[in-house]
Amino acid sequence: MTIQQPVLDLSPKVSDEVRKTTCYMCACRCGINVHMKNGKVAYIEGNKDHPVNRGVLCAKGSAGIMQHNAPSRLRAPMKRVGERGEGKFEEISWDEAYDIAASWLKPIRETDPSKLAFFTGRDQSQSFTSWWAQAFGTPNYAAHGGFCSVNMAAGGIYTMGGAFWEFGQPDWDRTKLFILFGVAEDHDSNPIKMGLGKIKKNGAKVVGVNPVRSGYNAVADDWFGITPGTDGLLILSLVHCLLKAGKIDLEYLRDFTDAPVLIDADPKSPTHGLALLDDDGHKLVWDRTEKRARCYDAEDVDPDLTGVWEVDGIRHRTVFQHLAEKYLDGQYAPEAVAGATGIPAGRIRALAAEIARVAFDEAIELPIEWTDFRGRKHTNMVGRPVSMHSMRGISAHANGFQTCRALHMLQILIGSVETPGGFRFKPPYPKPATGHPKPHCKVTPGAPLDGPHLGFTHGPDDLCLKDDGSPARIDKAYTWDNPMSSHGMMHMVISNAHAGDPYKIDTLFLYMANMAWNSSMNTSGTMQMLSDKDENGDYVIPHIIYSDAYSSEMVAYADLILPDTTYLERHDCISLLDRPICEAEAAADAIRWPVVEPDRDVKGFQSALIELGAKLGLPGFVTDDGSQKFKDYADYMVSHERRPGVGPLMGWRGNGDETGRGAPNPAQLDRYIENGGFAIAQIPENAQFYKPWNAAYQEWAVEIGLFDKASPYLFTLWCEPLRRFQLAAEGHGERQPPEHLRARIKATMDPLPIWWDATADHGGADGEYTVNALTQRPMAMYHSWGTQNAWLRQIHGRNPMYLPTEIWEKHGFDEGAWARISSPHGEITVPVAHMPALNHNTIWTWNAIGKRKGAWALKDNAPEAKEGFLLNHLIHELLPPKQDGMRWSNSDPITGQAAWFDLKVKVEKVAPPADLTSKPNTGRQVSPVGQGPDKLAWEVE
Amino acid sequence: MTALPATTDKKLGLVIDLDTCVGCHACVTACKGWNTQNYGVPLSDQDPYGMPSGTFLNRIHSFQSQPEPVNDIPQLARTTHFPRSCLHCEDAPCVTVCPTGASYKRAEDGIVLVNEDACMGCGLCAWACPYGARELDQQAGVMKKCTLCVDRIYNDNLPEEDREPACVRTCPAGARHFGDLGDPESDVSKLVAERGGVDLMPEQGTKPVNQYLPPRPRDTLQAPEMTGEEDVLAPFLAPVAEEPKGLLAWVDRALEKI
Amino acid sequence: MQPAPSVIIFSTLSGAGFGLLFFLGLGMPVVTGGIAFGFYVIAYLLAVGGLMASVFHLGNKKNAWKSYSQWRTSWLSREAWFAVSALLCMGLYAFLQVFFATTVATLGFLGAALSLCTVFATSMIYAQLKTIPRWNQPATPGFFVAASLAGGALLSNNPNLAMVLLLVLAAVVAFHWWKGDQRFAEAGSTIETATQLKGRVSLWEKPHTGENYLTHEMVYQVARKHAVKLRVIALLLMTVVPIFLVLVFGPHHLPVALAVLSHLAGLFAQRWLFFAEAEHVVGLYYGAHTGKQTA
Repeated sequence: MTIQQPVLDLSPKVSDEVRKTTCYMCACRCGINVHMKNGKVAYIEGNKDHPVNRGVLCAKGSAGIMQHNAPSRLRAPMKRVGERGEGKFEEISWDEAYDIAASWLKPIRETDPSKLAFFTGRDQSQSFTSWWAQAFGTPNYAAHGGFCSVNMAAGGIYTMGGAFWEFGQPDWDRTKLFILFGVAEDHDSNPIKMGLGKIKKNGAKVVGVNPVRSGYNAVADDWFGITPGTDGLLILSLVHCLLKAGKIDLEYLRDFTDAPVLIDADPKSPTHGLALLDDDGHKLVWDRTEKRARCYDAEDVDPDLTGVWEVDGIRHRTVFQHLAEKYLDGQYAPEAVAGATGIPAGRIRALAAEIARVAFDEAIELPIEWTDFRGRKHTNMVGRPVSMHSMRGISAHANGFQTCRALHMLQILIGSVETPGGFRFKPPYPKPATGHPKPHCKVTPGAPLDGPHLGFTHGPDDLCLKDDGSPARIDKAYTWDNPMSSHGMMHMVISNAHAGDPYKIDTLFLYMANMAWNSSMNTSGTMQMLSDKDENGDYVIPHIIYSDAYSSEMVAYADLILPDTTYLERHDCISLLDRPICEAEAAADAIRWPVVEPDRDVKGFQSALIELGAKLGLPGFVTDDGSQKFKDYADYMVSHERRPGVGPLMGWRGNGDETGRGAPNPAQLDRYIENGGFAIAQIPENAQFYKPWNAAYQEWAVEIGLFDKASPYLFTLWCEPLRRFQLAAEGHGERQPPEHLRARIKATMDPLPIWWDATADHGGADGEYTVNALTQRPMAMYHSWGTQNAWLRQIHGRNPMYLPTEIWEKHGFDEGAWARISSPHGEITVPVAHMPALNHNTIWTWNAIGKRKGAWALKDNAPEAKEGFLLNHLIHELLPPKQDGMRWSNSDPITGQAAWFDLKVKVEKVAPPADLTSKPNTGRQVSPVGQGPDKLAWEVE
Repeated sequence: MTALPATTDKKLGLVIDLDTCVGCHACVTACKGWNTQNYGVPLSDQDPYGMPSGTFLNRIHSFQSQPEPVNDIPQLARTTHFPRSCLHCEDAPCVTVCPTGASYKRAEDGIVLVNEDACMGCGLCAWACPYGARELDQQAGVMKKCTLCVDRIYNDNLPEEDREPACVRTCPAGARHFGDLGDPESDVSKLVAERGGVDLMPEQGTKPVNQYLPPRPRDTLQAPEMTGEEDVLAPFLAPVAEEPKGLLAWVDRALEKI
Repeated sequence: MQPAPSVIIFSTLSGAGFGLLFFLGLGMPVVTGGIAFGFYVIAYLLAVGGLMASVFHLGNKKNAWKSYSQWRTSWLSREAWFAVSALLCMGLYAFLQVFFATTVATLGFLGAALSLCTVFATSMIYAQLKTIPRWNQPATPGFFVAASLAGGALLSNNPNLAMVLLLVLAAVVAFHWWKGDQRFAEAGSTIETATQLKGRVSLWEKPHTGENYLTHEMVYQVARKHAVKLRVIALLLMTVVPIFLVLVFGPHHLPVALAVLSHLAGLFAQRWLFFAEAEHVVGLYYGAHTGKQTA
């Protein structure tokens, strides 16, 4: 029978034009092709040439069009006309907005710049926003790292000069065993998925260590359903097994780490625990051949891992000896940790054995010659093809810093860092803590701060304390409470400002952080603090300025709104100066540019800051005659120089053919746009591994402007900064911690990674809170943003609390059931669902699905504002009261990282509420942008 | 036209790797985006900012499975993310039930399509499909389904490398493959042969073209607690020492040899 | 399956209408003039009214005329052809009876056959679907035809025949329920065949937390205890009450009219259940029917 098929146009026109820019649907910064039809955005796909995503794009990225046209977009600057939290606003002009902001900011800059707290959330322009804050003169600046993953970043930098994601990546093409600790779905999203795909294709093995078997853990060949907060213990047990079996890379440890460095081993010595140095401050190692202590980087040095040397009556032993003694202890034997971790001893051993097998029996060699920093030539590059990755899962615990250090130590012990098949740094990393600035906090009225706010402390002298010993920063970062808080502590700002502790502020200036909702612990309490009034009827936090592109919950709590653009309407630079998009084989940076102009009276926040900076006359923002220096952010991106010849963007500098270093090039942005929105500079082949010690890499890095002279270094298994704080707590030195913190500093700031049960403080007075409670972010959503996206919110518009079989059956839950989940701090009433592939004592839910009524231009029937809920209500920024009468911070005692995942709860079955609405009820805010339409069919003709 | 072609020149389809799919939904929105702008009417959404529902041609389910005990030892539960879209069946029941001739299977490549100009929106084809591949767009009232991006795969306006379905192009993990399953020498056919690709609901007799690659065996690290058998990895952890002193002595000897 | 009112009304009313036409075509009774006019008005109101109702079910009504094109393969297309042929044929037959008091028996027989074919074609739309095992059984056309004939007999004032046909209908419907309850397991589709995953499989998360056409249309489930109650009500109204009314009060206008109404009400309930109890295999992908997968 002949079939009459319709004649199809198989080659329809796809679009008028493709504009290539950078995605901002999450923090990954993938390259996107924006297809334009009649000047409108019609379709978004991944850019095949882009180093981050190679053409692929996640659910968020492809749904970007729905973010770009979201009805929740703010339309114009606004000033509050109702009470804080009500959401009542009046639209104003930009001039009026700047006048209002300047009327608050100018006086405080002239009298006390620290009265401004400027925190920028999920900011991708931190090198610019921090520079603004520095020019203003306030010490109170940070982005959201403190409540995100500072433990991972700082743990990595202090140990080996970088961590995961922006700092480095597994050698996806060569690795044979990949171990993923904790939730990782929310950072580095496409690269990890692409990497998992490569691993699967190559037949390599994926091991997932995570209480929840979903997402990446669903495809993991082996799943270890660990008890939350015990990853450190598991890792140290793996270290125990490997040490005992001698499955460590002795050559690597000897040549590239501080394992042979001599450490003062005399408990009575004032330098107990510190490295023995020569007169130039170089670390000394014991030389096996010459039988004497020598500088670690001498060309012919033969470091010994087991050397002991007595000098001036003080016995010094190598780091390796300390380490061997510590981890061979029976407390780290698999049998000893099985109970706490929830992993049977045999499985721990099996994992350790697999690591040993792959690292040593399947070692790979690349026939690439290279020269190390001691000038020795190597004929090949030996790799231990075991790689690891982790982000928030192990970071967001109070023991997270030490756990992250333990993870890096494990990688170092088997010699897999910066070797083929293992973990590889991405420029500008490797860069050790000593290569970063120290924090600065010296305030001078009417003048800039004395240096960059954020940095790395190396001992008590670097703390940000005032002369009277009180915290210099509003968030109490870099104090004895958390001496190494390298990313600041954004999560403490509102509660500290509300309490006036350590001091009162005048203006809270926030950008892109939904602090009145999912970005805060203790959400209900935070909302209350933001709207609290003093006895005079004035707000306790006098002024709040907020910049956001969308009608978030936080908008309702601000006095002045500076409306930001969507990501397709703005300039941005993804700069080597802060958080670039480099790959292990190449340095890369990128821009965003307005592929469409805004159709509202909105401005890119950075451009608004430039105008506000000029209005305030901030140094760097005005020319000598006092006029505005940069036209807008695009102008800044091109013409600003941080150091002579080094600016925000590395590509096409000078006359257009210089990379990294060169004079500003007015045509630079056009060249970026022509090239698809990014620039890339390949690392030479012989410089691609062993980067911290590879002379060719060091040379290349200097050439491209990453640093100004070659800076090789040793990995530091022994973290001296920790030891210096510990020494102070033991009574040594001038700067002494307050008495109540002494014991804790001694216990937690061990120079070698340790583990303690950080959830123990969360069980309540009677120990009734016994169940671990977690959140994870769905791969298709980015914090609260996904909910305004008509496509994404259909995928994740509800979030039940998932319960493991044990709890499900114990309480007799069935489909459609609800539970009251309580912590020492509060309670929520929420729908529950069953999940067998889950640690038996852990419950969890998707993060940031619940929404406040009226926010995000949603209608009142939106499930997010009915059944949807936040776990945040149960988490307090302070720990429950203890017998000592103190309220300790719910954060890592070393870095101040918010310990989201230490939460313990109690689960009780309750009847479903009559209105099927979760509790607590957080009220309603008026939407300044109305509500979205009833129907949607977004076809651009 | 609602008669199925006796044979098709090619059998274009997808191979979906359940061992690799991480359930990220990238293919879901890439499909929604492309097909809202292209083939036929846009994929509409109802009450998009309230209690939403909408037309999607590709959806990712998530299943959990409890394996049988091994040597009486209970095994760990598993999770599998499961993309579901039109399988472009050889014996497509959705085609033959269509009263208007709107549903058809292309003779040249086997793609099952809906000619929206002929569809009256009765929904019978959706009833006939076991896989839920067809959704009646609530705004336009016509049946929507996966077109295998027929307007991409032959599109001269796209670079050669982009001539594949939007879902395949965007899949970050590489869990989706596109090709001619009628050609035993094609990459997809070889992949299916190598990995033991399967039909969904074979008992429905639809002879799906799309194939699913089942998850590889899980939790295979040989731990006695999981298998009830001896620890085969144990030799890799044969101790060199029990005490720090012994270890240091061993290290000393080992360094001597390097 | 979602019990859509338009489809329930269509299949019930048009079934009764074509049943009446069937008996009129057979000359049971032979009617002419005004009486004939009355019968045909009722028959056409039911048959055409039902067909109109089914058009409401269409998403894109302007293409409805194209449904005549695929009679070789599509039962829905065949139904459309049969319905039009039956209506035209019986229209001519009726025209001659009403206005010329002439009964062309051959024409009537042809019209009766076409009427019955229409009902059969309607039933095959459902019965052909392997995806809905409850419908995919010979008793589906059986009860459609029985219902049409029983209703037709009642409407055409063939009380004794109606009694018998109602009993047959009750038996076929009961058999359909009994068999239908086993069909899902017999068909053999399970969440394991649907996913081809090993072990005991269950749904963890739906693909979208939002609803969609499939979940609205095909993943509708009626609670078991309601179904049993409704089955009893349907059987009572559809057969027991009409039989009782006619037996007790005799074949008079009022009791027969009441019997017809009761029968139709029962039939509505039966049709509602026909949809509401029907489980589409796609529900397996949404975690439905887990209790029905194995016998």
